[in-house]
Amino acid sequence: MISKLIYRKIFTLLQVQYSNMLEYRIEIALWAISGIIPFFMLNIWTNNNLNESINMSDVMLSRYFFCAFFVRQFSVVWVVFSFEEDSLMGKISPFLIQPLNPFFRYFAQHLAEQITRFPFALIISFFFFILNPESIWIPNLKTLFLSIVTTFLSFLIQFLIQSIIACFCFWTEKASSIEKLLFIPTLFLSGLLAPVVSFPEYVKSWIYLTPFPYLIDFPANILSGNATNVSGGLSMQILWIIILYPVFKKLWSLGTKKYTAMGS
Amino acid sequence: MKTNKYLKVYSKFLHTSLASELEYKTNILIDLITAILSLIGSIFLLSIFFQNNSNIGGWRYEQALIIQGIYTILNGITNTWFNPNLTEIVKHIREGTLDFVLLKPIDSQFYISLKKITPSGFLEIMIGFCLLLYCIRINQINLNLSFLTLCFITLICSICILYSLWFFICTTTIWFVNTWNATEVLRSFLYIGRFPLNSFSFSLRIFFSVFIPIAFITTIPSEVFLGTSQVWRILIQVIVAMIFLFASRKFWLFALRFYSSASS
Repeated sequence: MISKLIYRKIFTLLQVQYSNMLEYRIEIALWAISGIIPFFMLNIWTNNNLNESINMSDVMLSRYFFCAFFVRQFSVVWVVFSFEEDSLMGKISPFLIQPLNPFFRYFAQHLAEQITRFPFALIISFFFFILNPESIWIPNLKTLFLSIVTTFLSFLIQFLIQSIIACFCFWTEKASSIEKLLFIPTLFLSGLLAPVVSFPEYVKSWIYLTPFPYLIDFPANILSGNATNVSGGLSMQILWIIILYPVFKKLWSLGTKKYTAMGS
Repeated sequence: MKTNKYLKVYSKFLHTSLASELEYKTNILIDLITAILSLIGSIFLLSIFFQNNSNIGGWRYEQALIIQGIYTILNGITNTWFNPNLTEIVKHIREGTLDFVLLKPIDSQFYISLKKITPSGFLEIMIGFCLLLYCIRINQINLNLSFLTLCFITLICSICILYSLWFFICTTTIWFVNTWNATEVLRSFLYIGRFPLNSFSFSLRIFFSVFIPIAFITTIPSEVFLGTSQVWRILIQVIVAMIFLFASRKFWLFALRFYSSASS
């Protein structure tokens, strides 16, 4: 009975958000295009033969950057921006009355957006493979499954981090600038612009303890077939989720106690 | 007479937006840290590229740093003036408040391009200039009047091109209503301005100098700094800048004819 209720909730939320997202097709297509930075980076790498120093062939590198693009497409999170707007406008109040944590709503929004984005990502990959036919490969079922799981975990980590930042909206009006600050290390250390193997030793010694390489580099390595420590990476991802979740819970309960609707 | 009026209006703009921005003092501090981190990040990325290579696309590390400096200055200018104002256009059009702007006895492009200012961008501009000064020292560039005027001219041209690109994209909002994602696409394309144009493959070089003249924005001023630029390239930049400014103006006036307010 209860499971049926939960199931219905999830299904309804997803359905509503999906039809919502379908209305913004063009925006989502543009957003998908804005994620093509890894391809420009690939161009710099191969055009200057930079990959010789890290023992990665041209084909493997182009697969890596392609996978980085794909993983990034399905782990983009913007919950703090939505939440900030909603809380400034006082839209949060009706959500808080409902017997459902508003973050489920945002979560469903993100999932629905990913489903909408999928065809556009496929179109971009199609063009990529036309331009680089030598880098076509078919991953086997196991790697495919593993990469989907790790990409989802990476999405979860980023969603949790951003939700924690979003909770600061209860105390400050501009929480999104904290997110912009945190985006910088994510951009440079996650492997979106350069694979983590190419980093100098003094960075590599500590970077694997931070969540960053598990956001893009790790799933991309699995999907592209580059060498990586699968079990170690997976456990680090899960560990970070276990660390971040209680923090979010705590901040959320503190924040909702603090919350005063705008204009009251 | 007319310029006097505009100067007076602009000083009022400055006053009001500074007053409202300074209310968020911690925000300015966070923005400063973000700017510094993003500069550190891109220098880190450059150092990865130069780990085992002495030059990229014919640029040595010290020379490539000049590009970073110029990019940082231009990014600061974007964050100070273009970003806060031009994203506002999207809001004006969606909510129909562009009506109020059009009714004012002042040029609408002037109003929407200069209304707001984000002071934290100034700090980024200063960081960029500091980096440039450092580059002038390590590259042993001797300063003289003709060099400085050339630098000034090319930088002004870059700013004009950058402004026109932003303004173009934001103007398309009149037809598409919700194009803040289009600015995201532009932002990600602008990102490649951090690297010398010669480091990309031939086809991308053509793309970035003909279709979206990002190449002109950072590479030509940097060449002027190094004293390696030819006169014809500077001339082309001046011409491109003028064409872009003129076209963006015409495009705005053209687009306004299609503006039909919200919910009408």
